[in-house]
Amino acid sequence: MPASTLDPDAPPGRRAAFAALADVDCLPGSAKPDPILVADHVSRQFGGLKAVDVNHVEIQRGAITALIGPNGAGKTTLFNLLTGFDKPDSGKWTFNDRQIAGTAPYRLARMGMVRTFQLTKALSRMTVMDNMRLGAKGQTGERFFASLLPFTWKAQEAANEKRALDLLARFNLDAKVDDFAGSLSGGQRKLLEMARALMTSPEIIMLDEPMAGVNPALTQSLLGHIKNIREEGTTVLFVEHDMDMVHDISDWVIVMAQGEIIAEGPPDAVMKDSQVIDAYLGAHHDKALTSDGAALTNTPAGDTQ
Amino acid sequence: MDFSIILSQTLTQAIGITAIIYCLAAIGLNVQFGYTGLLNFGQVAFVAAGAYAVGVIVFTFDLSLWLAILVGVVAATLLALLLGIPTLRLRADYLAIVTIAASELLRLLVRSIAFKDIFGGAQGLNGKLGQQFHDLNPLPIDFQPLPILTWTRQDIWVVIVGWLLVALFTLLVWGLVRSPWGRVVKGIREDEDAVVSLGKNVFVYKMQALVLGGIIGAFGGIVWAVAKQSVQPDTFQPDFTFFVYTILLLGGAARVFGPIVGTIIFWFLLTGIGEVLSQAINAGYIDFLSSTDVGSIRFILMGLGLMLLMIFRPQGIFGDRKELALDAR
Repeated sequence: MPASTLDPDAPPGRRAAFAALADVDCLPGSAKPDPILVADHVSRQFGGLKAVDVNHVEIQRGAITALIGPNGAGKTTLFNLLTGFDKPDSGKWTFNDRQIAGTAPYRLARMGMVRTFQLTKALSRMTVMDNMRLGAKGQTGERFFASLLPFTWKAQEAANEKRALDLLARFNLDAKVDDFAGSLSGGQRKLLEMARALMTSPEIIMLDEPMAGVNPALTQSLLGHIKNIREEGTTVLFVEHDMDMVHDISDWVIVMAQGEIIAEGPPDAVMKDSQVIDAYLGAHHDKALTSDGAALTNTPAGDTQ
Repeated sequence: MDFSIILSQTLTQAIGITAIIYCLAAIGLNVQFGYTGLLNFGQVAFVAAGAYAVGVIVFTFDLSLWLAILVGVVAATLLALLLGIPTLRLRADYLAIVTIAASELLRLLVRSIAFKDIFGGAQGLNGKLGQQFHDLNPLPIDFQPLPILTWTRQDIWVVIVGWLLVALFTLLVWGLVRSPWGRVVKGIREDEDAVVSLGKNVFVYKMQALVLGGIIGAFGGIVWAVAKQSVQPDTFQPDFTFFVYTILLLGGAARVFGPIVGTIIFWFLLTGIGEVLSQAINAGYIDFLSSTDVGSIRFILMGLGLMLLMIFRPQGIFGDRKELALDAR
């Protein structure tokens, strides 16, 4: 397998992640030197369809890991399971060596595992600033009785606001502070959701298709933001089905197809993997179409799940 | 037509005891539905809990009214927990179904023969329910500041304390919704999953809103029992809840002063239309209706008015059109 090369002027976070992952085997479920998230035997069935059936997977701390696969591969379902938004039929997984299977999703968020959604969930009828403030953890003013005594939370609120403004400036949303989130464009909502997730000061941020529905110009800046998140020491796991996007930013790629992990490795290696190409284009993609339509059976169709 | 009677009746209703009861129920519903997005279709059950707490404690058990108020608050809290624990983890519509069913169940329970000794059956509990409150009336015997308002001295005492309660709860709601707590519940109204993903225990917040709204509604029932000195099961029909929704939408949901403005307009219009129609019929201006039709006609006109309001000003009197026009998804 050809070794990936490192861009000579890569930032320190990229160098560290590259070095850490250099000796990892390019096999599904391979062990990482410093995993933040480890999942075992996670499965989820919808009726007769096995949406997710992952034997073992580890996510390296401090790296950008991409979870890719064709539509319907089970990426979002795995995401929902790991973040507690859906319950698996079986499986155990740990976050920072702590068992978290069955933990309520809000507790996971407090532990430092925050996620975004494929269909952006900006809180439309709240201002951009209120969206951001909501992200801050451990707010005294969010307690029922303390909320009636503003002097107990004013200082904390001001500090959160300052942090929110810094983040919004980074994401070029500082001009929109007092606008309703619902008045933002689709791409800006993606940015807001990401900035809001960062307000929780997460250890790992899990982005579900951050680039979906975003115009090419904004995609470039989104990619830049994701890289910056890694440079600040936060682990990134993101779902994407466009391989080209993935190639540019990820340190490690995990490929899913039909609920299972079929390949892992640095982006260059994964893209040349014949199994991955088969999964994306169908095993018979190089054969001529036959009259019974056999070559069409693996055509990606429908929405991702 | 006698316009002084029309005006007198209309004003008396618009800011009178009935208005206060509906206003308190609407303030409670505003916390639940307006801010938190909980579809509580059984607000009348909380009002009934407050009213029956007074009836049972004061009339059936012959105990203090002050204890009855405490029992009313506890009863509303228990009712909210009972309704909320199974349903608040589910989708919003389940709460709607459960609350409307529970409110009817409660009404049928208190009017049943089996519990006649406690709740008084279909006749309810009638007696000097609010005597301890009326004994405290500091107003002079022949107190009547505004002759246009047809209140007795006893009514005025209830109205003063009632509006003070409204002011108190409005202040409480204002304090809550401008705080980070209010931000979390508004976030829940917009998108629950997003708030969960930011580490908030959504279930607890929804429960707090349901309990608080229920307690405020129960105070409406307490005022009812004290002012009218009686509680009757069939006054707590589901249509009470729908009038409260009308009031809330009229004034503007998720606005601190929405319930107050909504209540006054609702009762002003409802009574005003009724009075004008009866006077016009009696004077012979309208001959295709009889005075017995007025009761229904005024509700038909109210309904029409509400439809027009929803079409042309869906945000209510106080609402922000810009806010409502946004895609809420």
